[in-house]
Amino acid sequence: MDAFLDQFFNQAVMAKYLPDVIGGLWITLALAGLVIVTGILLGLALACLRSFQIGWVNWLIVIFIDLFRALPPLVLLIVGYFGLPYAGLQLSGFAISWLCLSCVLGAFAEEIFWAGITSVHKGQWEAARSTGLGFSQTLFCVVIPQAIRMTIPPLTNRTIAITKNTALASVVAVQEMLTVAQTSLAYAANTSPLTLAAIGYLIVFLPLVILSRWIETRFAWKR
Amino acid sequence: MSDAQPVVEALGIHKVFGDLEVLKGIDLKVNPQDLVFIIGPSGSGKSTLLRCCNLLEHPTKGVVRVVGEEITAKGVDINRVRQHIGMVFQNFNLYPHMSALANVTLALRKVKNIQRSQADEMAHRALTRVGLDDKATSYPNELSGGQQQRVAIARAIAMEPDVVLFDEPTSALDPELVGSVLGVMRELRESGMTMVVVSHEMRFAEEAADRVLFMDEGVVVEEGSPEQVFRNSQHERTRSFLSRVTEH
Ligand SMILES: Nc1ncnc2c1ncn2[C@@H]1O[C@H](COP(=O)(O)OP(=O)(O)OP(=O)(O)O)[C@@H](O)[C@H]1O
Ligand SMILES: [Mg+2]
Repeated sequence: MDAFLDQFFNQAVMAKYLPDVIGGLWITLALAGLVIVTGILLGLALACLRSFQIGWVNWLIVIFIDLFRALPPLVLLIVGYFGLPYAGLQLSGFAISWLCLSCVLGAFAEEIFWAGITSVHKGQWEAARSTGLGFSQTLFCVVIPQAIRMTIPPLTNRTIAITKNTALASVVAVQEMLTVAQTSLAYAANTSPLTLAAIGYLIVFLPLVILSRWIETRFAWKR
Repeated sequence: MSDAQPVVEALGIHKVFGDLEVLKGIDLKVNPQDLVFIIGPSGSGKSTLLRCCNLLEHPTKGVVRVVGEEITAKGVDINRVRQHIGMVFQNFNLYPHMSALANVTLALRKVKNIQRSQADEMAHRALTRVGLDDKATSYPNELSGGQQQRVAIARAIAMEPDVVLFDEPTSALDPELVGSVLGVMRELRESGMTMVVVSHEMRFAEEAADRVLFMDEGVVVEEGSPEQVFRNSQHERTRSFLSRVTEH
């Protein structure tokens, strides 16, 4: 038991590497925040675009989302980081991680928003259109607000799952929390920094989970 | 009355879904301040006919004129036309994420571009007319079916349309709530609103309708005053339909 405590909760090691891990925490937090905002906005924008039912645009959207839903995020990161320079595009590991994870979240979010849009009752469209509202006005004032409320639970789950992939950014040299913890672990020959990282991830993601619960009840309406 | 310009004039309306011909050449003329009542068995095309009047469905063939303007013509701005044609649906179709007031003001603000304060005022007036101004801040889920339908009527009349189309406005209501909605419709009729009503409320038709149309299988079988159609129908199909709906 003492060996276990020493390995995972060594206070001296924890104290020594805490500043580094906190540094990593900020990076993780920044990356997660950026991915969530861009990913969800991208998904919403694509879903709105898709509602206009323009043939070739829809094809492009479907190809995009199927691609990013099918490929493992790790593969995307590696291809982006090591492959894009050959295409003349040199981006930092952080930018690549942001871009790739946003696209992945955007793809999944598009599917969720789209499902939400199509599940809004046809009568809502007809009621709005019958008063003279145009297609876009109906979409944005009547349909999307209802679709968003319906999509909050699945969207939050998906967002959390994908945002956790920020840990993968360690493979493309981003000094996020897991990278820092692993480096510290190697130096200290002790796994306590990992414990710190675990706590760090809780600090980042637990509020997200709680926030999603709050949003769920705040925007719920009885049927 | 007969020389006044009709508010709605549909001529030779055909509507085909796939290989199903739902409307087979229907003429409908609604004069100002008239209440035209449409009855007929399920699937006879009543809803489709109403929806052709505001182009929620495009007639396969035929012409629809609203206050003289041919709305089925090419290049007509349908959103501009629709603000003059109110519609009330069987399932109310209120926007669940908006208060009763916001349900009414949405089109006032977005279609007619009326400022919020003035739109609110107009909406309060419309809600007062349907007896629900005290529910202005309630959400649809906090209202009974009858109240929801009256808010839906307020949403339609707040636009000050030339005509309101009602598609079975009381069919989704519990019997004890039907009266409140019919009361509002009666008041509208007395204030001179032009109305086309699809419904099975024969008693309402008898006291309020100027004309009754009986539709079956996509054609108007019989048409006349309530008295003529209900008491003195010329066609066997009308009589058998009436006996079916009135026997219970
Ligand atoms: N969008 C559509 N696509 C295909 N068929 C349709 C469509 N809308 C209506 N129909 C068909 O047209 C026929 C007439 O429908 P409509 O809704 O006009 O009848 P109705 O007289 O209003 O009947 P009810 O009393 O049941 O409301 C029905 O057979 C229906 O299945
Ligand atoms: Mg119908």
